[in-house]
Amino acid sequence: MVGRTAGGRAKHRRRAVEIPGCRRFVAAVGAGKCDSVRDCTGAVGAAPCYDRVPRAGDRRQLGFRPGAVSTSGVAGVKIQEADAKSLLLAQGLPVPPWEVARTAEEVKAAAQRFLDAGAGRVVVKAQVLVGGRGKAGGVKLASTAQEASEVGSRILGMDIKGITVRKVLVGAAAEIVKEFYLGAIIDRASRRIVLMASAEGGVEIEEVARQNPGAIHRVSADPLLGLLAFQARSLGLAVGLRDPLLNQFVVIAEGLYATMKANDADLVEVNPLAVVAETAADGTPRERLVCLDAKITLDDSGLSRHRGLEALRDLDEEDPTDAQARKLGINFIHLDGSIGCMVNGAGLAMTTMDLVKHFGGEPANFLDVGGGARHETVRGAMELILADPKVKAILVNIFGGITRGDEVAAGLIEARAQQSRAVPMVVRIVGTNAAEAARLLQEARFETATSLDEAAEKAVAMAKGAAR
Amino acid sequence: MSILVGGDTRLVVQGITGREGEFHTRASMAYGTKVVAGTRPGKGGQTAIDGTVPIFDTVAQAVEATGANTSVIYIPASGAPDAILESVDAGIGTIVCITEGIPALDMIPVVEAVRRAGARLIGPNCPGVTSPGRAKVGIIPASIHVPGRVGVVSRSGTLTYEAVQAMTDAGIGQSTCVGIGGDPIIGTTFLDVLRLFHDDPETEAIVMIGEIGGSAEEEAAAYAIEHLRGVPMAAFIAGRTAPPGRRMGHAGAIISGGSGTAAEKIAALEAAGVRVADSPTQLPKLLLEAGFRP
Repeated sequence: MVGRTAGGRAKHRRRAVEIPGCRRFVAAVGAGKCDSVRDCTGAVGAAPCYDRVPRAGDRRQLGFRPGAVSTSGVAGVKIQEADAKSLLLAQGLPVPPWEVARTAEEVKAAAQRFLDAGAGRVVVKAQVLVGGRGKAGGVKLASTAQEASEVGSRILGMDIKGITVRKVLVGAAAEIVKEFYLGAIIDRASRRIVLMASAEGGVEIEEVARQNPGAIHRVSADPLLGLLAFQARSLGLAVGLRDPLLNQFVVIAEGLYATMKANDADLVEVNPLAVVAETAADGTPRERLVCLDAKITLDDSGLSRHRGLEALRDLDEEDPTDAQARKLGINFIHLDGSIGCMVNGAGLAMTTMDLVKHFGGEPANFLDVGGGARHETVRGAMELILADPKVKAILVNIFGGITRGDEVAAGLIEARAQQSRAVPMVVRIVGTNAAEAARLLQEARFETATSLDEAAEKAVAMAKGAAR
Repeated sequence: MSILVGGDTRLVVQGITGREGEFHTRASMAYGTKVVAGTRPGKGGQTAIDGTVPIFDTVAQAVEATGANTSVIYIPASGAPDAILESVDAGIGTIVCITEGIPALDMIPVVEAVRRAGARLIGPNCPGVTSPGRAKVGIIPASIHVPGRVGVVSRSGTLTYEAVQAMTDAGIGQSTCVGIGGDPIIGTTFLDVLRLFHDDPETEAIVMIGEIGGSAEEEAAAYAIEHLRGVPMAAFIAGRTAPPGRRMGHAGAIISGGSGTAAEKIAALEAAGVRVADSPTQLPKLLLEAGFRP
């Protein structure tokens, strides 16, 4: 992807600069005249990361036009800042150079390279897929390589919202003049890509939405023609930009849209999009817009058609069961309760969890075996459920449409023959081939239920009995 | 009457020779649906379903030869958007796309093209539409239905079956059951279906099956306040206990940043006079409480 940077937008890119001594990157430099690392600035201070786009509740409360922006399906594959920056770079956006380091020694060496190339200070940023890194102490500045190494060793291994930091991003610190927010999302209500911008960047955008909703401006890209230049321009004007930064903004907004399209992203955000002060090669001071942070989530339905994107999934931050579930082709989410659930269909699986809770139990997982699950899938799903030692009872709820009840029953029988520990289970199978399923289950002496409520109630009682 | 599909439906099946396409076409025909054609590029002139359904190379040819007015799509995600557009181009009025896993960005221009053509798209990633006793387009099991006067609209698949089964068991029949699909970008929303039910003289009560994520249920509630006063309505929302930020299978089913929660949706629906069930099995009881007389 990064390789594509050389080809980007001619208007935008001047050239690629290779930083002496830097092995890890070729810096694609934006509209300005970057000659040194000092020019190619990195993030500074408390890194503005946020968890979400403005909330629907905020809109109502604050008088946003209903449906003007609805929360997107921000649910796909989250990728790390460094990878998100690579995708922006590939579309020709001005992103200052960075390196990724996994040890304090690597941090030190990277910092030294940036300092040697002219940076006054470096920034070290935790790479985790949760917001609030700055607040958690996961973003620090350093003036020397030794200091960077010390900062790095403190951040690496740090726990941020339950996630252990395994890598950091190192870059030159920027001299920030002003921070903006710019984001592209899929808006379900209007069924379009919406770009949002605010002059109040660098803070959580939802804070802005709550306190000053008028400060968030938005345009809807045309569903057939895409984002038009005049739309991008009106967004830039709305946040107060004028020449020459306005033109840079238009190019960046178009680049965000292009990044979304090129990667099947659900969400592309740059916060802050910063005006940074630099010194040009001839010594004159100047300002330009650069992307100091990046957040992208990918639509997993689109992953297979983009070579290389699957590799951006950060396995370090996944639950180990996630990869196994992907292999089985099922949807599995590990939760904290004691009742393992196996259901076909997402809506019914959520409902089953809700009923478990309604009857006083706690679900151990969400598990949708999908449509038409075969017996080997059912067996694999059962292994996944049983791998959680907290599971004290199992509830199987299948409403066969495409899925055949007897196939599920066969899978359950196979799974039980192989399972390492005995866990009480209640099975409810209705719909397609339910009669055959009932016969198989009866022969194998499974506990069964006819209604969903009865099944949930029984599972809760079983879990409580096992706990005693 | 019924909405979307009925006795006048003349169905063309796009992808009739595939495993799913053939299986569900048989079930639709067994239910009495008029399946007039199938398409499979390169196999035009042959027949499917034991020689009973002619295969055409294109939807346009199928429409020309058979007067097809409705299409159903059982084509993999890579080809499904094109299949929808082909139906639009051929003048099909009602397009039902069962296919799951279509990237959201592909659907944005497609739903716009459908809108501009004045056609209607149900789905994608939906179980289809059944008007009990008249026509079944899609994969909803036939056995769960009885004809009646309650319209059912849902974002879910198997959960719909659960709710409809509970109604049938309680002797409450359905006018039409519409599965609108669980994706973020869909052709027909709750609101659209409520409008159709509003205009359908045979639909006297409505059941809505929603789930977490998005704001479609809230929009439907706002419509109900304005236009469905006096219509008995009951709803169920899945995902009350779903953790925020985790996607529950459907691309649409996620609580992002505290919005799209079940609690918000339930509050909006109750404010609109819709009775909200704790379990799908309670829906028949709530309909009766709301004044529906089967």
